[in-house]
Parts: sequence; structure tokens; C-alpha cells
Amino acid sequence: MNVHEYQGKALLARYGVRVPRGEVATTPEKAGEIARDLGTAVCVVKAQIHAGGRGAGAVVDTSAQAAEVFHANLEREGLPKHQKKGGVRVVKSPADAVEAARSILGKLLVTRQTGASGREVRRVLVEEGCDIGRELYLSVLLDRSCGRVAMMASPAGGMDIEKVAAQTPEKIFRETVDPVLGLQSFQARRLAFGLGVREQKINEWVEFFEAIYTAYVDLDCSLLEINPLVETKDGSLLALDAKVSFDDNALYRHSDVRELRDEHEEDPKERQAAKFDLSYIALDGNIGCMVNGAGLAMATMDIIHYHGGAPANFCDVGGGATTQKVAEAFKIILSDASVKAVFVNIFGGIMQCDVLAQGVVEASKQVGVKVPLVIRLEGTNVEEGRRIIAASGLNIITAADMADGARKAVRAAAGAVA
Amino acid sequence: MSILLSSKSRVVTQGLGSTGKFHLKGCRDYGTQMVAAVRPGKGGTSWEGVPIFDTVSEAVKQQGVDVSVIYVPPPGAADAILEAADAGVALIVCITEGIPAADMVKVQRYLEGKTCRLIGPNCPGIITPGQAKVGIMPGYIHKPGRIGVISKSGTLTYECVHQLTALGVGQSTCIGIGGDPIIGSGFIDLLRLFNEDPDTDGVFMLGEIGGAAEIDAAAWIKANMKKPVAAFIAGKTAPAGKRMGHAGAIISGGKGTAAEKIAALEAAGLKVAPSPADIGSTLVAAMKA
Repeated sequence: MNVHEYQGKALLARYGVRVPRGEVATTPEKAGEIARDLGTAVCVVKAQIHAGGRGAGAVVDTSAQAAEVFHANLEREGLPKHQKKGGVRVVKSPADAVEAARSILGKLLVTRQTGASGREVRRVLVEEGCDIGRELYLSVLLDRSCGRVAMMASPAGGMDIEKVAAQTPEKIFRETVDPVLGLQSFQARRLAFGLGVREQKINEWVEFFEAIYTAYVDLDCSLLEINPLVETKDGSLLALDAKVSFDDNALYRHSDVRELRDEHEEDPKERQAAKFDLSYIALDGNIGCMVNGAGLAMATMDIIHYHGGAPANFCDVGGGATTQKVAEAFKIILSDASVKAVFVNIFGGIMQCDVLAQGVVEASKQVGVKVPLVIRLEGTNVEEGRRIIAASGLNIITAADMADGARKAVRAAAGAVA
Repeated sequence: MSILLSSKSRVVTQGLGSTGKFHLKGCRDYGTQMVAAVRPGKGGTSWEGVPIFDTVSEAVKQQGVDVSVIYVPPPGAADAILEAADAGVALIVCITEGIPAADMVKVQRYLEGKTCRLIGPNCPGIITPGQAKVGIMPGYIHKPGRIGVISKSGTLTYECVHQLTALGVGQSTCIGIGGDPIIGSGFIDLLRLFNEDPDTDGVFMLGEIGGAAEIDAAAWIKANMKKPVAAFIAGKTAPAGKRMGHAGAIISGGKGTAAEKIAALEAAGLKVAPSPADIGSTLVAAMKA
């Protein structure tokens, strides 16, 4: 689960991480009030959406414009720096803050990460400006190669860190943390010296890194990224941005974090799927897919492409699905207008084929399937599953195996009689 | 005797909810010695003739258990793994999906230096066809034989085994290692066992996008493996960035795409199935080569 920058910063501040003073606004007038209350010569108005590259993105009015800008510039790079259309604006008066907020709120912000559709901006964060000395990079994440949490820092802040890692790996410093001990002072010092700390500030930097690590562990984060981390002109550290993602598997023990979920930032179908403990992925093709298991989902996608088709979506019903869950999955898949055929590819382990079959039959009767339906079943209770399908009287195309099913689904989606 | 699991293995089930009960029966029907279950507070009772204990150590003492299979729900699953490890169970198979990563970081740390082996979590389990199965896979699709299977996936493993069996190719042992970021045994640990197993002639490896485990395995195979290995990597056509975390891709040095993994495996001399429908035939071709 992701949260907005302003929410992430508020969480970090709880752990003693220094962030710029500021508040969130949903109207231009409120943005002006916040700027006036901050009372600084310079303020920054920042669009709040769950995607990076906001400064280099573009604010537009319509989705047609969003697509145009995205394909013209953003797909590869950001907008040229001099353009004043981005999602982050520097303003010099409360009146300018009102204007900046007015030109951002309710509009679409399209960035390298939003895709061609962009995202509607519903909030702006108004913050005090700061005296930037240097821009650095800091993140905490899980290093899956050793099964431990790692902290990474780089003096190349404000840049695409993947490029830094590829081109100048010597500019990335990394400490792996023993979970029994937590981040040790010597490790934090090593990072600070790597970044070129001023000697008299070393303790402050160590405390900053320790606070970030504590927040990561305490909140069950999956990624905590401060980019840029700013060294102010007086040598102190300030989290100018904050990207905080949480481990979905651990949300059950963080009710305060769960409350920060912004449903507007999620695909409505994914949200609907999550309610029933299903996982849904939207894609660009025209074959709706119901599968069980992530590996089989990917393999199903591969084999559909292999036979010249493309999946419109995936709904993974996982293990132990009930009839109702399967029926919901089916409805979600069919609610996508681009679906021209449905391919059900199930290999039952925990999932029992008769339960799956029952769910598909019930859902088909409820929603009335108007597209061809191809089903391939194998595994636990498969005979009973096949019997239920055959006895349902529904017009279902059965497939002998995965390749047969993929071929039939591709043909059916193309409008041919399978 | 194949690897890890045989008809002599004595298994305790941790987590006796509806899923645990369903699969305890399934494993017993397959012929596995399901000799104990653990359900705190129910010690001294039994279910379907299987004695229930309060703790794993009690089950080990009374029933000589050497394998544990865990179905405990996510909030208690890491604790269940630690309890089994503490009780000295040699092989721990964790089926549970959805364990918080932070819990697994601690489990991993606790297991360092211990002799017990963890398989999973978030995996289908292990089967030595014709002898025993521990986990949730449908037993009937398997056939005793001499090919080892190692897989990150659950259902895709069944697909693979089904194809092998349909071609008359039996399996020595099939292991689902799980698809979580932190797992117990990985590809290399198990390839090493298959390499030394006199009852295994070749191995099929099922990988997927994300992480670098398949690339590391490719290097290990090239340097050490005495037997043919064939592979399939799922997710060749997955849209970039949809699953992989931004910063996660850096720490593995930008590794993780299917194309990169397939190239590494082919460079190590493996045959890689072009489509998931060709898994069985690719293995057969690798064994003939």
C-alpha cells in the first residue's frame, strides 16, 4: 500500500525525522492561508498523487491532452525544465500560492510514472521553502538476496537512482542491517561519511538515519525513499520528499496506516477485487483471464501472447476460493468492456475444481455472459468440476490443456467460432 | 531415496483449521505418515485418529516427528516456524501465504547456523511420488520416476508435473520453494541435493520474473551440475514495473527480467521452454541431448 507524500512526512515526523513545515489543502483559498501562516518568503505547492516524477510532469485539463503529452515527452524523459506546467511550483506570495493551487487542483497530472491517463489531483501540499545546500538520496528496503533490511544512500540526490546505480555504482553506499541489533551507529556513520558530512554535524546525521530505520521497521514498510534528502546550507538534514510504501501482509497490525489508504488512487476494479481477497491486474488486450496462482497467471499471459493474442486482465482467485469469491472474480473480469472472450485456466491444489465450476456457473447465470467462455480445468475434484460445467447447459468451450485453451480463447476473441 | 522426503518421514501438522485438516487427510490418503498435529490448548485429544499436542517439542518427543507442515494463518506463521526449528524438526514446510516480510527477516536470522531446513513459505510443499507428500499439491498427477522438479510457483508446478507425467516421465521429488521475497531453501540448495541423489537423473527448474535467484542458479549449474537441467521462466510478457518495486530492482543490480534470466540459463547450457505448453517436451529433449 502506498500513501501520499504529506502522509508519509507526517509519519516520519513522529519518529523525529525533520521535514519542512507545511499543510495539505483541497482548495486554492486554503492553500493561500497556509502560505500566509507559514510566513516564509518562498513556499512550494506540490500536487499529491501516488506517482513520482511530479516536478518534471505536466498538469493538463483533459485525458486527450494527458495522452498527447505523455507520448510526446514523458514516456522517455521529463518535460524541459523551463516549462512552468509541472506538479511542483515555487511561489513567492500567498496570492501566488492560491493561483498555483488553482491551476493544479482538479486537473490531471501526467508524469513518467502515471501512464498516459494521468491522475486527478485532489490535494496540494503547501510547504515552506528551504535553503538547499546539496541534494542527496536515502532509502530503506528489503534486500531479498540476503533476507535483510538495507539502507542505501547516495550523494547523487534528486536523480533517477536506477541510472546512478547503473552508471556510477561507486556513488551508492549500502548498509545491511542485522534484525537482532538494528541499524548500528557505526553503520550510520559510514553512510554519513560516504555522503560527505561536515564533522560537527555527524551526530545529527546518525540520529536522522536511525530515525528513518526505526520508522521503516516500526511501520512495517516495504520501501522508504527520501529523494531528495536535502543538506541545508547550515549542514543539517531535511526530508524534502518522502515515498513510503507498506507491506500489505503486515497491514493487519497497523490500523493507523490502514486509515491512510486513498481509494481514489487505486483502480476501481482492483479495489473491488481486494474486497473479496482476489488479486486483479489490468492489461491492454481483449481476453479476460481467471487463474489461480501468480506463476500460472504469468504463464497464461505468456501462452496467450505466444498464440498471437493479448490478455485484457487477470483475476487470480488464489487458493481456497469459495463459490462466491469465484463468482465475484468472474463479474469483475466481465465488467471490463474490452473483454471479447474469457479464458479460465485453473489447476486445482488448494482450489477445488468443483468449487470453481460452481462459481463460474452461478456467476454466468447472474450476469449473463455475452462473450465466448473457454475453460480449462485440472487438479483436485476435476471430474466433479467438469460434470458441473457439462450439466450447466451453458455455452462453454472446454479445453484439453493450456495450449488448447489459449488457442481457443485467442480465436474466440478475434471473433471466430472456436 | 530421492531427496528430503520419503515413506519413512514422520510428519506433524501445525495449524489444524479447515485447510490443515483437509490436507492432513489428503497427505495421509497419499500414504504419508501423518503422525501428529499441534493445536495449543487441545493437547491430549485427537482428530481422525491423529494425536494432538500442545507444542511441537511434545510431538517430537512422543511421535519421533522429523518433518513439520505449517498451515497456521499469517499472524502466527513465523512463530510456528520458529517453534518447529526450536524443537529440532529437520524439515519445515511452510504453506502459509501472506506472512509479513519483517517476520521472515527474523525467521531467516534465527535459522542461520541451524541444521534444520525450511521450505517456503507461500509454497505448495514437497512430494516424493509414490512415497509421501507434504503439502497441498494434487497427488494423482505425479508419477514415481527420476526427474527432480524445483519451482517458485504453486499451480504452475502442477502444470509442469502434469505434462511430465503425460509424457511418461516420472519424478523423484518435486519441491515448491515459494514466491515470497524471503524463502528458506532456494534453487541452488536443492540443485545441490539433486546433484548428489543417485535416484535423480535430471532436473526441471520453474522460475519467474523478479529477484536474481535464477541467474545465480545458472552460474552454479554451469560450475557444478553433473546432470541435465531444463527450465521455464514465467512472465516473459509481463509489463515492466507492474510487480517489481522501484528500489528493489537496484539492489539486485537491475536483474529480474525474464529475458535476462533466460539468457543466463541458456548461456549456462540449459534448455529453456519457449512456451509453458512445452515444459514436458523441453525436459525430454534435455535428457536426450
